[in-house]
Amino acid sequence: MFNEKTIEEVKSANRKASSDATSTAFYNNPRIRGLFYQVALVAGLLYFFVTVIGNTLDNMEATGIKTGFAFLDAAAGYDVLMSLISFESTDTYARIFVVGFLNTILVSVIGIFFATLFGFIFGVAYFSHNWLIRKLAVVYVEIFRNIPLLLQVFFWYFAVLSSLPSARQSLSLGEAVFLNVRGLYFPKLVGGDLAWVVWTVLALAIGGVFYLRRWAKKRQEITGEQFPVLKASLALIIFAPLMAAALTGFPFTVDYPALKGFNYFGGVTVIPELMALSIALSVYTGAFIAEAVRAGIQSIPRGQTEAARSLGLRENKIMSLIIVPQAMRVIVPLLNSEYQSLVKNSTLAAAIGYPDLFNVFVGTALNQTGQAIETIFMTIIVYFIVNMVISFLMNRFNSAVSLVSR
Amino acid sequence: MNKKLTLAAVFATGLSFTSVNAGTLDDVKARGSVNCGVSTGLAGFSQKDEKGEWSGLDVDVCRAVAAATLGDSSKVKFKPLTAKERFTALASGEIDMLSRNTTWTHTRDTSLGINFAGTNYYDGASFMVMKNLGVKSAKELDGANACIQAGTSTELAIADYFRENKMSYKAVTFDTSDQTRAGFESGRCDFLTSDGSQLAALRIGLANPGNAIILPEVISKEPLGPVVRQGDDQWFNIVKWSLNAMIEAEEQGVTAANAADKKANGNPANKRLLGAEGELGANLGLSADWAYQIVTQVGNYSESFERNVGTGSPLKLERGLNASWRNGGILYAPAMR
Repeated sequence: MFNEKTIEEVKSANRKASSDATSTAFYNNPRIRGLFYQVALVAGLLYFFVTVIGNTLDNMEATGIKTGFAFLDAAAGYDVLMSLISFESTDTYARIFVVGFLNTILVSVIGIFFATLFGFIFGVAYFSHNWLIRKLAVVYVEIFRNIPLLLQVFFWYFAVLSSLPSARQSLSLGEAVFLNVRGLYFPKLVGGDLAWVVWTVLALAIGGVFYLRRWAKKRQEITGEQFPVLKASLALIIFAPLMAAALTGFPFTVDYPALKGFNYFGGVTVIPELMALSIALSVYTGAFIAEAVRAGIQSIPRGQTEAARSLGLRENKIMSLIIVPQAMRVIVPLLNSEYQSLVKNSTLAAAIGYPDLFNVFVGTALNQTGQAIETIFMTIIVYFIVNMVISFLMNRFNSAVSLVSR
Repeated sequence: MNKKLTLAAVFATGLSFTSVNAGTLDDVKARGSVNCGVSTGLAGFSQKDEKGEWSGLDVDVCRAVAAATLGDSSKVKFKPLTAKERFTALASGEIDMLSRNTTWTHTRDTSLGINFAGTNYYDGASFMVMKNLGVKSAKELDGANACIQAGTSTELAIADYFRENKMSYKAVTFDTSDQTRAGFESGRCDFLTSDGSQLAALRIGLANPGNAIILPEVISKEPLGPVVRQGDDQWFNIVKWSLNAMIEAEEQGVTAANAADKKANGNPANKRLLGAEGELGANLGLSADWAYQIVTQVGNYSESFERNVGTGSPLKLERGLNASWRNGGILYAPAMR
């Protein structure tokens, strides 16, 4: 064995020497060979896809199935339960596509927000000194991580929300917020002429909070003095717009939901399909994120906590200043894949009739037009792009929290 | 190296072949069964009993085709499909025929690569509401919520109806008819809309059928019938004439009980239908007694109707439009000669 190897090595060394010294035939040049194989592979793959696509189109034409994207301009002819933009049955399939896309984004954003919230609360609660809180975190994770998501969606929709009272016997909170089997209704602020002033002040206040944080951090670095950022921020966000509203004479009217005929009209409606799907997605994904948070925190050596204690930091400061910032390096890559899973899992909307992209486009539009290849292709591209964007943002965030060696 | 090249060549040529529509009849004979797409469960049309046996008006069309092609009406493999899955299942070859209360529409017939082989039930979309709502007419449903099954022609019909009458509604769509009914029962919607026959079937599935009423308005034409893939005319003919044989048998008064007698001693039309005379079976590529097998094993249309959805069933539907043209309906088989 040893001998063979030596011979091989000698041979290759010789070959190398000879190729350096004299010019060998071009087909023996490893670079050109490598290039040749790569080109051949790419050409083969291209041929494969062109043939497959060509065959599919030929077969579909032979069996009389319509192809092409012309259907996007045709009137859809059916209605959608919930839409963030105006939609009527005379609108096109292209608009249905946008409606579905926005509904998918809506449920994903809500799901990601609450999943992260639940995940961090229960992930940190796992390390609580309180026995009850600690066990509660374990029970939460073990229950919701181990039950299939579809079952959870059905549970929230058919078991919980479907047993709410009918529209005429709604649960109400001060005759302003109503909850019944058809959804959650709450009042809406309708801005008057001067409402823009209040919104601008609110935007400025939010911008001010960011500025305040940076200023407080800088000041602490220079002087060591701390500034109550949270209290000041809350005060700024609440009181500045309130003062603006008072000065402009409260340019708002409140649109209360009211029972007219069969349903509540007016205000904002959250349909039960959206509630059930958001709850199921955030509770389920939250359980996984809690585990990621726990893993991240456990990856920090115990010495860090002890060192922080010996500096005299309080327990909650140790968590927020020492442990969590370091744990983020472990947590963020895991969060990335949890967020992506959540977006993909949102297609379970079809099971309860929430009009997300998958449901209204791959479900109904495909069925009404029969153009399976086109609709599925378009939908795949959307989920692909959305997840690529999530991945991109999370990678940016990851490099922001990762260890910076100085 | 040679071996590899050969493999690559085989692979490449295999790719450049386009698949052809093989004869469905040959496939069915080789397999020994007809793959038939039915609903996921709709009383009277396609439902499974506790023994796993399928029955119903739509199921009988599948059985008729199996009796005609294989001589045995039990040689059917049923595939339960949702409204959304049905055409894809047919196009992909997963099923040989679809008999699933499917409305014959122009768009479906011309753009999905499918052919409708006739109509086995003339229906129309209608509304079901709870009695305590106090609604007597569909015109009073302005602003109401509708439970609809996704991917059906009813979804389009109701949008047209409400727009035409300048009323608004909210469409709550569900995947299967069971979920649609559950949504209606929980009060998620004020009314359930579907084909009249389906409403009757869904109504008897309610916890308390007496609480629900079906409104008098019929808002659309929904001719329901069996469907096959385009591109296999022989199979299209077999399914079309299997259904027509059931309708023709009723017109001629041929029943499961008297078919043997009519075949031997009946009039010329009876003999032609049942295979004692003529070439009807041979023209379809089937044995001469194809229709005889259908009538003796499945029955004529009237027998199938009464057994599954008519007076002999819980649905108790009237024949109405679905009576034979001789009795004032519009059921009419082309000439069997």
